[in-house]
Amino acid sequence: MKDSLVLLGRVPAHPDSRCWFLAWNPAGTLLASCGGDRRIRIWGTEGDSWICKSVLSEGHQRTVRKVAWSPCGNYLASASFDATTCIWKKNQDDFECVTTLEGHENEVKSVAWAPSGNLLATCSRDKSVWVWEVDEEDEYECVSVLNSHTQDVKHVVWHPSQELLASASYDDTVKLYREEEDDWVCCATLEGHESTVWSLAFDPSGQRLASCSDDRTVRIWRQYLPGNEQGEVHYLSCRGGMQRLLTQWKCICTLSGFHSRTIYDIACLTGALATACGDDAIRVFQEDPNSDPQQPTFSLTAHLHQAHSQDVNCVAWNPKEPGLLASCSDDGEVAFWKYQRPEGL
Amino acid sequence: MRRGSHYVAEAGLELLSSSDPPAFASQSGWFTDLIRTIRDPEKPNTLEELEVVSESCVEVQEINEEEYLVIIRFTPTVPHCSLATLIGLCLRVKLQRCLPFKHKLEIYISEGTHSTEEDINKQINDKERVAAAMENPNLREIVEQCVLEPD
Repeated sequence: MKDSLVLLGRVPAHPDSRCWFLAWNPAGTLLASCGGDRRIRIWGTEGDSWICKSVLSEGHQRTVRKVAWSPCGNYLASASFDATTCIWKKNQDDFECVTTLEGHENEVKSVAWAPSGNLLATCSRDKSVWVWEVDEEDEYECVSVLNSHTQDVKHVVWHPSQELLASASYDDTVKLYREEEDDWVCCATLEGHESTVWSLAFDPSGQRLASCSDDRTVRIWRQYLPGNEQGEVHYLSCRGGMQRLLTQWKCICTLSGFHSRTIYDIACLTGALATACGDDAIRVFQEDPNSDPQQPTFSLTAHLHQAHSQDVNCVAWNPKEPGLLASCSDDGEVAFWKYQRPEGL
Repeated sequence: MRRGSHYVAEAGLELLSSSDPPAFASQSGWFTDLIRTIRDPEKPNTLEELEVVSESCVEVQEINEEEYLVIIRFTPTVPHCSLATLIGLCLRVKLQRCLPFKHKLEIYISEGTHSTEEDINKQINDKERVAAAMENPNLREIVEQCVLEPD
């Protein structure tokens, strides 16, 4: 089982500090890393090794917690404990900070671009989720401040094809948001985790959402649309007594007993999940080929103990090269892995 | 080079090679030595003098041959103590810097000794919250004063 995750290389990405997060650009040629040293580094390949192509060091006054590439690959957004989000424009190997988004009252924990490229979401310890619109002149405007969570919001992620936003929080829930009649509203709350939800990932089809938590479990959620074949029907009473059909999300699978400490991140490919855990390990799970799509089962196909010498904070699948996985850790290092699917699957 | 090694040298503790199993790890007195001199954020006393920590507050479990889980349970001076979170932060910072071997650390308020212990336990064991708190210059200064080694 261990042989399916092979180390390709390591780089000391944020020396004497921790590396918090990684993001591959849409072309899969560059990896952005960010950390407690307040810097962002851009990594690319040169032959067989990974080298640092750029260092973005003047953007933030405190830890950079997450980075995200725009769908076109020309912009990078960075979320920081200094309460701001920077937007960097790429010009070959140079990055220039073109805008700084302010407004959150304290640490920004996550930033994510919608697949259209016109919307950006941020979230913060101030318990809110902000939705920003970008226009053709690179002007950013906050179009909604969502105060649905009751605690620190740890992560935001967009659906791969719909304008649907998901957030994960210290309040142990996941919330979903969409635009209804020109207003962004919370359209679902997913309860079930027993502690902080640290991260979320939609599968490439967008039919499922995976969440990971301090409760050491992964949960898979599925969307049931009105008129679905499972006969699930949900209503909401609105003003005037009219009733409206809601989509509902149901937890269709819980992976428990596999992780011995907090799970900080999760990354999805079709049928496969990778997790980053506070026990220094990386795990890969695959959906069993004959399992019922309404109640899927997963098997642990790779368990790499000591993937790093400290907590693993992030795992990210390369969007173009199958099986290429990057990970980063509190030890400040970024590692690259090749995942080979076990025979017979 | 791991951060822990750097602070170990400053604290004057002997550096162990990773192949030495820390035999003292099962002796809680050794750990208490690291935390007993932490000063209370408000009063001119150490945590030991105020009975916030003691030898019995440390539990050590072996995770594997090279790594230990260290659990600290501390008792705030009063059940509504407003500085309990700060004390938890000081304990975490001191131990993270001074423990010379690979470890995971959990810090809790002794059960039944604080009115909002669940809330505080969750905060002080959330490493992202701890990291952000330590980037606040005022808070950092208070913590540094509390954990400063006595002359």
